[in-house]
Order: sequence, then C-alpha cells, then structure tokens
Amino acid sequence: MLSVTWLIIALPLLGFAALATAGRRMGEPAAGIVATVMVGLSFLIGVGAYFDLLTVGGSPRSYTQNLWTWIPVGALQVHARLYVDPLSMTMVLFVTGISTLIHLYSIGYMKGDPDYPKFFLYMNLFVASMLILVLGSNMLVTFVGWEGVGACSYWLVSFWFTRDSAASAGKKAFIYNRIGDVGFLLAIFLTFERVHSLEYQTIFANLGKIGSTDITAICLLLLVGVMGKSAQIPLFPWLADAMEGPTPVSALIHAATMVTAGVYLLCRVHPLLHASSSASLTVAIVGGATAFVAATIACAQQDIKKVLAYSTVSQLGYMFLAIGCGAYVAAIFLMIAHAFFKGLLFLGAGSVIHGLHDEQDLKRMGNLRAYLPITFITFGIGWLCIAAVPPLSGFWAKGDVLDNTWAAHPGLWVVGIVTALLTAYYMSRLTGLAFFGHDRWSNEVPIDADTDMADAHHAHGAIPEPHESPWIMTIPLWILAFFAALAGLLDLSNNHFSLSNWMDPVFGATLFQAHLSLATEWALAITDSIIAIVGVVVGLRLWMSKAERPPLEGAFLRRSWYINELYDTVFGRPSERLAAFSATVIDPKVIDGGVNGVATLVRASGSLIRRTQTGYVRNYVLGIVFGTVLVLAFMLTRLWWN
Amino acid sequence: MTINPDWYLALSVVLFAIGALGVLVRRNVLVMFMCVELMLNAANLSFVTFARMLHDIGGQVLVFFVLVVAAAEVVVGLGIVVAIFRRRTNATADDLHLMKG
Repeated sequence: MLSVTWLIIALPLLGFAALATAGRRMGEPAAGIVATVMVGLSFLIGVGAYFDLLTVGGSPRSYTQNLWTWIPVGALQVHARLYVDPLSMTMVLFVTGISTLIHLYSIGYMKGDPDYPKFFLYMNLFVASMLILVLGSNMLVTFVGWEGVGACSYWLVSFWFTRDSAASAGKKAFIYNRIGDVGFLLAIFLTFERVHSLEYQTIFANLGKIGSTDITAICLLLLVGVMGKSAQIPLFPWLADAMEGPTPVSALIHAATMVTAGVYLLCRVHPLLHASSSASLTVAIVGGATAFVAATIACAQQDIKKVLAYSTVSQLGYMFLAIGCGAYVAAIFLMIAHAFFKGLLFLGAGSVIHGLHDEQDLKRMGNLRAYLPITFITFGIGWLCIAAVPPLSGFWAKGDVLDNTWAAHPGLWVVGIVTALLTAYYMSRLTGLAFFGHDRWSNEVPIDADTDMADAHHAHGAIPEPHESPWIMTIPLWILAFFAALAGLLDLSNNHFSLSNWMDPVFGATLFQAHLSLATEWALAITDSIIAIVGVVVGLRLWMSKAERPPLEGAFLRRSWYINELYDTVFGRPSERLAAFSATVIDPKVIDGGVNGVATLVRASGSLIRRTQTGYVRNYVLGIVFGTVLVLAFMLTRLWWN
Repeated sequence: MTINPDWYLALSVVLFAIGALGVLVRRNVLVMFMCVELMLNAANLSFVTFARMLHDIGGQVLVFFVLVVAAAEVVVGLGIVVAIFRRRTNATADDLHLMKG
C-alpha cells in the first residue's frame, strides 16, 4: 500500500472535486456520505500503508514517494514528494481516522443546513490539505498544506457568514495565521539560503552548513509560524473566536488536527531544535506560559465552546512545553490523546448545542444528564480524560509531559502542575454547569452585557425540552470515547509496540531522556492524580448546584486577560489612525495634489503656448518670413566673418 | 548688348519681396495665391540667372521642377479655395481661422 501513498491525499481531493462539480445535485445526505466515504477510504489506505511500513526495515524507517518535479529552477529544485516515516504515518492515521468520525457526525449535525454540500466540500479539501502538510517531504510542500488548511479554516469558521460575528471571526483567524506564515516563509528562505535545498532529510544532513546562530534563527522563525497555527502566545486569541464555526469544524480543525500542525512541524524539524538549546527553551517557555494563561481564561468563560477553545490552547501549550524539553514523543502522545478526548468533548458539546436548539450559554444549561444520557456518558469520559484522572489517557499523556518537564526544567513543571489543577477545575465547572444541577434552560435569562454572549445570535427566550442526538451523531461519540479512554495504552510501557519504540527511528538520539528514579516517577504520578482529583472535586462542588456565584473570576479573566483590547490599543487603533490620516491628509493632499498639480501645470503652460496658434494664415506666414530672414541673416554673418 | 546679371537678381528680389508682402497684407485668398506664385517665379528667375552666371544647367533644370510642383500646388490650392467658396460667400483668409488654438 505504500506505493499508493498518493491516494491518501488524492481521495479526499477527489471527494472535493466531486462535491464541487455535483454537490448541489447530490443533495442532502448523499453529499455527506460521499465525503465521509472518501475520507474513510483514505483512512483504510493509511492503515494498509502502516502495515507496509512495519515491514520496511532499517533506520530511519521511511519511504519516499516522488510524484513529480514541481519547481525546477536552477539551484532551486523542489519536488512534489511524499515522505512516510513513523511520525507522518502516525499523523496520517489519526488525522484520517478522526476526520472520518467527524464527517460521519456532521451528516447528522449539519442536517437541514442550506449549504450542506458546501460544508462537506470544505471539509474534504481540509483533510486533503492536512494530509499534504503531514506527508510533504520538503518545507514547500508542507507549506502548501499549511496554507490549504488555513484557507479551509477561514472558509469553515465563517461558514455562516451572514452572521457578522462569524464573518469577522473568519477574518481574524486568517489574519493571525498570516502573521505566523511570515515567520514560516522567512524560515524557508533562510534555510534555502544556507543549505540550497528544502528537503527535510537534506537539511538535517547538512546542519553544519547552517551555523548555530542561523539554526536558532530558523527555529525561532518557525516558532512564529507555529504560534499562529497552533494558537500560542501571543497569537492565540483567534482560536476562541474561531468557535463561530459549526461545532464539527471546531472539533476537527480547531481541536484535533489543524492546530496540532504546529506541533507536528516542530517535531518534523527536531534536529534543528535539538541543535539549538536557546530556541528549545523559548519553545518551552512559550508553551508553559500559554498553557497557564489559557487555562486561567477557560475558568471564566460562559460559552461552552469558548471553554473548550481555551482548553485547547492550554493543551497545545503542554505539547509545546514537551517539545521545548525535547520530549517529542510525549508531545505526539499528548497530541493523539488530545485529538481523541478534545474531539470527543467538542462533539459532545455539539450534541448539547444541537439538543438545546443552538444554545451555547453554560448558565442556560443544567441537569442535561437526564435528557442526553449518551452525550453525558461520553462527554463524561472526555471530561475525566482531560482532567487527567487515572487511568484514562489524559493522565498518561499529561503525566509523560510533566515527567519530562520535571527532569528538564523544574520551574516550568510548577507552571505545568498548576495548569493541570486549573484544567481539572474548569472542565469540572463546565460539566457541573451543563450536566448537573437544576435545568435552567427553561428560564428567561437577562442578557449579561459584560460577556460575549450578549452579541450571540440566538434569542434569550425559553428553550423547548432538550433531546438526545440521532444515532449518526452518537456513534462517533462512542468510538471517540472508547479511544479517548484507552489511548493511554499507546505508550503504557516500553514494550515493542509502544509509541516510543515506534517513533525511535525518527527521533533517535535527539529525544530527551528523562532519567527518573522509580520513586520519583511514582511520586510525580501520585502528585498528578491528587491534583486532578482535587481539581475535579472543587470544580464539581462549586458549580454543580449553583450557576450564579459571586464572580470568583474577575472581568480580567472573562475578557481573556484583555488581550484583544491590548492588541486593539497597540495595533488596531494606531492602524486606524494611520488609515484615517492617509484618507484625510495623504490621499487628498499628497496623492491627489500631485496628480492635480501636474495637470494644472500642463494646462497653464498650454494656455500660454496656445496664444501663438491664432488660426490666421498671415501670422503663420509672418513666422515663416521671420524664420527665413533669421536663417539668411545667420548664413550671411557666417559668410562675412570667413 | 549684355545686361549685368545683377539686375536680374535685383528684379528677383523685388518680385519676391512684393509676393511675400502680398501674402502678409492681403486678405483675399485668390490674391494671396497669386502672390505665392509671384514668389515662386521670383525664385525661378534667380535660378535661371545663376545658371547663366555659373554655367551650370542644373539651375535651369530645377526651374522645371518648381513649375511642375507649382502647377500641382495650384490644382490642390484652387480646389480648396473653390470648396470653401461653395460653403460660404465672400470669404477672406481671416475668416478661415478654424485652427485657432
């Protein structure tokens, strides 16, 4: 199956083409089914390729598929080439697997939407782009996928673009990503300048040519790129706004796959990071800070999807923390576990929103466990996973990250463990508010002007009784819940099939080895467990019974550390003032003045010269005569002197 | 009896000056036309004179060219004049100043 690796990308692309040409004619269920089947087939080929890859021996265990030469220009030879190794294989499997489930879920969730085929068209294009990103064997192919997922994210966030907030959220996502892309592009340029190749393997083989300063520069530029894509400080506010998109989009793009592209990219260039300890430390600090800040914000959000969005930012911060420590496998482990449980949580939230007829306000939920039993059970598994309660996957994955952080940077470990406490707390708050307590969805609620909910699209009247989602939406929930609970087995111990062993050919010596004594490991694991359980208990006890409390969290947290206001003041307002200055001064005075000035000058000189054109023949004749006399006089004087 | 060639040249100059002055001061298109012819023939006279003085047949040859060109010019010019007079009566040169800038 490795020889048809290209099919993994081509199938979703084919689905995209089919939907683009005949999507409208296919109509409501058919378009979704076609899209789902394409992604599902892609997953099956991925599984086949995985078993083929197992038989490929040697180190590094990899397979390269050369498709065509894309840009043959002198020294710049860029090939459309796919590179399959354990890292990209893992990404392919979980991207296509989760995509299939979320496509299936979307068939139910998007039911009745007027743009039903268009939704699946974008989703298929997104999956294809994500796979290009993952499978690219050089930076430029990766960049194509990188931009593709960015564009699809924009289209899908602003999918309900008739809503003002959705349209501007799409723009915001795109612009933040563009800022990051500048960094990625500059990193590509600098790499090519030094190595004269963009192939990852060639770059890694020629690290000596780059020089240590430039390696750090490339890493930091790439970090700027992944900050945008993976919503790290300071480029994270777009992810919360991106929740304006349909919930399956939030689950697929803004939780499971696209936002982890940054983590993947940093793992892909691990030899560069390994060679620059200062860049690695920067990554770790950025990750730790993001994890903590986003977790504090998540504690104060009132919109169910915003809590999950900031939680995603926080978990991505953990992954960056792991990468910064050199624990790439731990980052990948958390990425996979997170993809399962966060995808599950988002789909569960979607089921809640669906059941409550598009209500997203946590204060208007409550006691849903009685009405949405399946959603409650599956969501509950996701909640305990992300809260890192043993023995679920979150405990193992987060524990792996924290153990490595403890060994590498104990200071950041403190940040990590505090964040873990916050994570358990805010997720329990979310669960308590949504599934326990009294049902508040039948009450009239005054609009709270201080929150983002005030400008939400839905009316704040009483909601009809919630209903459980159809089977097509609950099946993916069950499957994801199963994997979310058991993903911890992936790296349970250093057995032959563990993630560490599987990834060994990729990372090899660059992987950070945390040498912890057994006692330390046990102590850390017990600390993690206690922290998780304390967080869960506190969160549940506080929020299970009451929704209205004197604000434990100030407006500072509710408004996400005023980061949007800060950017508005620092970048937005000055830009607006500059634009206003350009519009009122530079444009009319300088530009129009210049253009009009030239015209005035031409007209003035013209009106002077046109006086000579009288139209009277005698004037012209006089001119000729004078001219002749002048020429003759000149000739005569010349004659005279000689 | 031979006449000094200078006199021919002097006559040519006088004729030319009369022609030029005529073009400058007269308003009647036909008269201006005749003045132009006068200037051309003044030039012809000087050509012939110099041909005689310098014993060069080239000057006399050039006269024929001038005559031919003058004839052609008269055809075109008179054609324009007739066309103008068809559209308006009693046109002087100053009335025809459509080319005023």
